[in-house]
Amino acid sequence: MKTLSQKALEIKPSGIRKFFDLVQNSQDIISLGVGEPDFSTPWGITEHAIYQLEKGRTSYTSNYGLIELRREIALLQEKSFKSNYNPDNEILITVGVSEALDLSFRTILNEGDEVIVPVPNFVSYIPLITLAGGVPVIIDTSVSDFIVTKEQIESKITPKTKAIIIAYPNNPTGAVISKEKLKEIVDVVLKHDLWLISDEVYNRLVYDGEPISASTFMKDNLILLNGFSKTYAMTGWRIGYVACKKEVMDQMVKIHQYNAMCAPVMAQYAAIEALKHGQKDIEMMRQSYELRRNYVYKRFKEIGFEVHKPEGAFYIYPNIKKYGLKDEDFALRLLQEQKVAVVPGSAFSEGNYDNIRCCYAASMNDLKEALKRIEIFVNNL
Amino acid sequence: MRKKIIEILKKDSRTNLEDIAAMLAVSVDEVKRLISEMERDGIILQYSVVVNDELVDDSDAVTAFIEVKVTPERDKGFDSIARRLQKFEEVQSVFLMSGTYDFLVAVKGKSLKDVASFVSSKLSPLESVISCSTHFLLKKYKENGIVMEHEEATSSRLNLTF
Repeated sequence: MKTLSQKALEIKPSGIRKFFDLVQNSQDIISLGVGEPDFSTPWGITEHAIYQLEKGRTSYTSNYGLIELRREIALLQEKSFKSNYNPDNEILITVGVSEALDLSFRTILNEGDEVIVPVPNFVSYIPLITLAGGVPVIIDTSVSDFIVTKEQIESKITPKTKAIIIAYPNNPTGAVISKEKLKEIVDVVLKHDLWLISDEVYNRLVYDGEPISASTFMKDNLILLNGFSKTYAMTGWRIGYVACKKEVMDQMVKIHQYNAMCAPVMAQYAAIEALKHGQKDIEMMRQSYELRRNYVYKRFKEIGFEVHKPEGAFYIYPNIKKYGLKDEDFALRLLQEQKVAVVPGSAFSEGNYDNIRCCYAASMNDLKEALKRIEIFVNNL
Repeated sequence: MRKKIIEILKKDSRTNLEDIAAMLAVSVDEVKRLISEMERDGIILQYSVVVNDELVDDSDAVTAFIEVKVTPERDKGFDSIARRLQKFEEVQSVFLMSGTYDFLVAVKGKSLKDVASFVSSKLSPLESVISCSTHFLLKKYKENGIVMEHEEATSSRLNLTF
């Protein structure tokens, strides 16, 4: 066989692949292992997409995406965050935030450029940086309540540093950055003239304050990523977007043109409907997650876990160090002995074995039962 | 806070006080106090269940929605008529409506005959009633926000995703 791509070979399969397969094939378990809402897409959104399909609107769209959708996004950014993007050439509709991430790295990175990645963080950042020829530079934020600080960033900056990627509210920790801390990061980015990639896909799902966006503070050095998956319970539609200044977008859209052409048209129509009429649905879901956030946090504390109160997204990230098991062993035994699935934290932070990620986007009955079982499990350790 | 408690109880009126307190991040005593207040003030009237009648064994019961046109009484408007209507045990709900009729009255009886006889012997003869138009219920799909028969579970959610 001819050899394969060195870069493809170099990407590590997720360390928890075996556990992943085991969970995927398990039945009759309660899963707190998912990364998506437990709601179906609000019917009004789905119905609108069906209507468009019935009308035969099934063709390609502009590479950038439907202009009506880009206008709605520009409007939302302006209304919510006082940021200013031209819908004609500064907003790009992508196949989920996943594509947006890939495009961002490929647009800004040259071979050997360093990208600062605070961890724990979403699993695809590091492999995508590597694929784009970049070098991930890791910051462990477990020492700073899972919020990256300007000092931590400063300490990692070298002449090769090109960018930093942040994601708050954070998957897997549920941590939310304050406006002040975000401003500090923006200042560091500007001072060293870096790119800031801000993955804000959870930014509407906050429970103790208002949604914030890096786009309130800067535009020139920012690549803003967001999407519809988490906010509108639209994970399977695969629809996200990038907003950045025209000079960057001009390059990015070329890559998108050749690798995706355009995002799925029905998902684009659904997204328009989501932005126009989905605000009530978001609020209903947000409030529902908040109740469950409160419940699971209280229960984990009662059981005796050391745990941060998550302020956004729908994850909680309890520390399991005191139980004397590595995260993967903890998760494996919890699955085998009590039939509850959680995700080992090392999936999000290599070499860090002290946490598990639990998603509380599950029914109250399932959460109650899962926490009962987790309590039995740790009491028997 | 009251509104949030109501939302939780509307979904599951058997949710226990401890869980409500945990969900709202307040004390159990606080929840207890607020619920007692709402019971006292007539905000919470009853803790009830939603039943799929079709699955209950002796569910030959018949429901009809009756559009009732009336002549409002002098000085009393529609209220006194509504009060008379709502006292019948057969009457499940009474709504005053805008449009071509005045009251929408839901009536439940053991059989078609039962309901028909209620309409002809009790409802129509009322002095202020001008006309009744009776519609029998054939099938309930959704009531009070609750879907009666769930479609085959089509969720394809994976057990583990990032």
